[in-house]
Amino acid sequence: MIKLHNIEKVYRTDTIETLALSGITLDVQQGEFLSVMGPSGCGKSTLLNIMGLLDEPSKGELTIAGQKIDRLSDQQLAHFRNKRLGFIFQSYHLINDLHVLDNVELPLLYRKVGAKERRRLATRALEKVGLSNRLKHFPTQLSGGQKQRVAIARAIVGEPEIILADEPTGNLDSAMGNEIMDILLQLNSRDNTTIVMVTHDEQMAKKTHRLVRLFDGTQVQ
Amino acid sequence: MLKNYFKIAIAILRRRKFFTFVSLFGISFTLATLLVLTAFIEKIVNDDYPDRKRARSLYLTGVEENGPQMMSSSSFSLSYVNRYIKTLKTPVNVAYYTGRVGTNTYHAGKKIGISFRYVNGSYWDILEFDFLEGRPFTATEVGNREKVAVITQGLKRKYFGENVNAVGQMIEADNQLFRVCGVVKDVPATTYMFNSDMYIPYTVAGNSETGKDFHGEYCAVLLGAAKSDLKAMQTEYDNVVRRLQPSDKGYTRVLSYADVYADAYLRTGNMSKPLKRWVYSIIGGFVFLLLFLPSVNLVNINLTRIMERSSEIAVRKAFGASSNTLVYQFVVENIILTLLGGLVGVVLAMVMLWIFNSAAIFDNVRLQLNPVVLGVGLIACFVFGFISGVYPAWRMSRMTIVKALKA
Repeated sequence: MIKLHNIEKVYRTDTIETLALSGITLDVQQGEFLSVMGPSGCGKSTLLNIMGLLDEPSKGELTIAGQKIDRLSDQQLAHFRNKRLGFIFQSYHLINDLHVLDNVELPLLYRKVGAKERRRLATRALEKVGLSNRLKHFPTQLSGGQKQRVAIARAIVGEPEIILADEPTGNLDSAMGNEIMDILLQLNSRDNTTIVMVTHDEQMAKKTHRLVRLFDGTQVQ
Repeated sequence: MLKNYFKIAIAILRRRKFFTFVSLFGISFTLATLLVLTAFIEKIVNDDYPDRKRARSLYLTGVEENGPQMMSSSSFSLSYVNRYIKTLKTPVNVAYYTGRVGTNTYHAGKKIGISFRYVNGSYWDILEFDFLEGRPFTATEVGNREKVAVITQGLKRKYFGENVNAVGQMIEADNQLFRVCGVVKDVPATTYMFNSDMYIPYTVAGNSETGKDFHGEYCAVLLGAAKSDLKAMQTEYDNVVRRLQPSDKGYTRVLSYADVYADAYLRTGNMSKPLKRWVYSIIGGFVFLLLFLPSVNLVNINLTRIMERSSEIAVRKAFGASSNTLVYQFVVENIILTLLGGLVGVVLAMVMLWIFNSAAIFDNVRLQLNPVVLGVGLIACFVFGFISGVYPAWRMSRMTIVKALKA
């Protein structure tokens, strides 16, 4: 599903060059739940961003769902992300000015889905994460765990093939973290969604199919 | 999608009330000023009582003779009118009239200031005065030099009082007695060419109708059968002027023009160097500054606001919004903001016009919003919204998702 070959990422400023990733070659199979671990600054989030087409590699090849990601225009990248990818962020990144239902509908807005259909799909997604009683609430009225559930609903509403989760339980206590993890595991097992998750939590990582460790931008496991 | 953008736009307005106030105030005040200015210009330039045939009229305001050492510029003599204006073939009618003359009279123990003009019989055919009592003076009365007068309602009120029939009564002005033959609705001060308290047959003035002098007190209006006659009337008059010999050997050139109303207005007193280009440049410059400065201000405010929304931008991009989609979103949001400001501006303009009309700064001048003025306002809002939204939106859409998420 996701193929990375010799991926390298260099960040350049006027005076400094930082090698964030070097020689990363990785295959993620369809339906696989992969964890990525490593110390802070090892390049985990950079790797996830590259997989999610949120950032460009400096070198190397990336193929997602059989399509080589190479010199795609801004429009093409946006379309690809919309159709095939879903994102869950550590800080949720919900839009506070929109209520829960509008937040979850966001990906469908860019697919030009009609209002009724958007509503139906978003409601269904929220039911899957157990938040159907919070449709008209605003993010500021929700707990951390609830916010993350909304973020998950947003990520899955378009039924993407791949979900990329950057420390989805990082801002939650252990009880809530376990709840979120259970939802992700369910998505993976029930819907065969490919999930790549960055985490610091060894216990969470053990629940996934495979663990990849990074250290100083290189893969060590 | 537009509903979504509208919700976001309203939510953002509510979020930072101070910024919202500054933005809306800038837009609404600017728009209100523009609307009032447009209403004023429209009042001056467009058809207004009693001059309702401007579209097919040309205005002759004077003649200038100049030479190396001397220059003379004034309205026309009556003999000039008779020889060079009344003889034009293209116009279907010609009105001529003097400038406004002021005088004081005493009646019933009161001092009353009266302004009057001498006019010809065709004056009443070309201009559309609303007669509240009586009628205009006839060609016979003009020919017989009869001391008759048409007065305005305001003068009637001052001289005779309310609820009095003034027709047939005598009124004193310029040490002469005139019989009132008609009372007309007051003329706004902005119709400066025709505004007066009293109108008297020109034959009463006793000006010489012959002679070679060009200079005097008369102006003229040429009426064409249709708007399409304007060019022909101008050409005919230009040809007449071109053939004129200066009235004195010290002059080498004679200048006089038959202009449409706005041009005549701007040429008044300045034949050889008309103010038209200057005035249009000044108005254009003022309008440009009026739109440009608040737009720049709004650009800065929008840049700040948009930077605060970088997380939202990143999420939208992550979930499928292209840069163009985001630019479109922000421009639409900004247009919503400026339209709201525009609505406030229209209300503010109505208040400003009400204050202006109530204060009666200019006699009988009432400004109002009309479709043209509102149309200008609407276009200004869109231009505002677009100009002040597109650059910040473009800047934001260029931000990489990763940087925006970290911001």
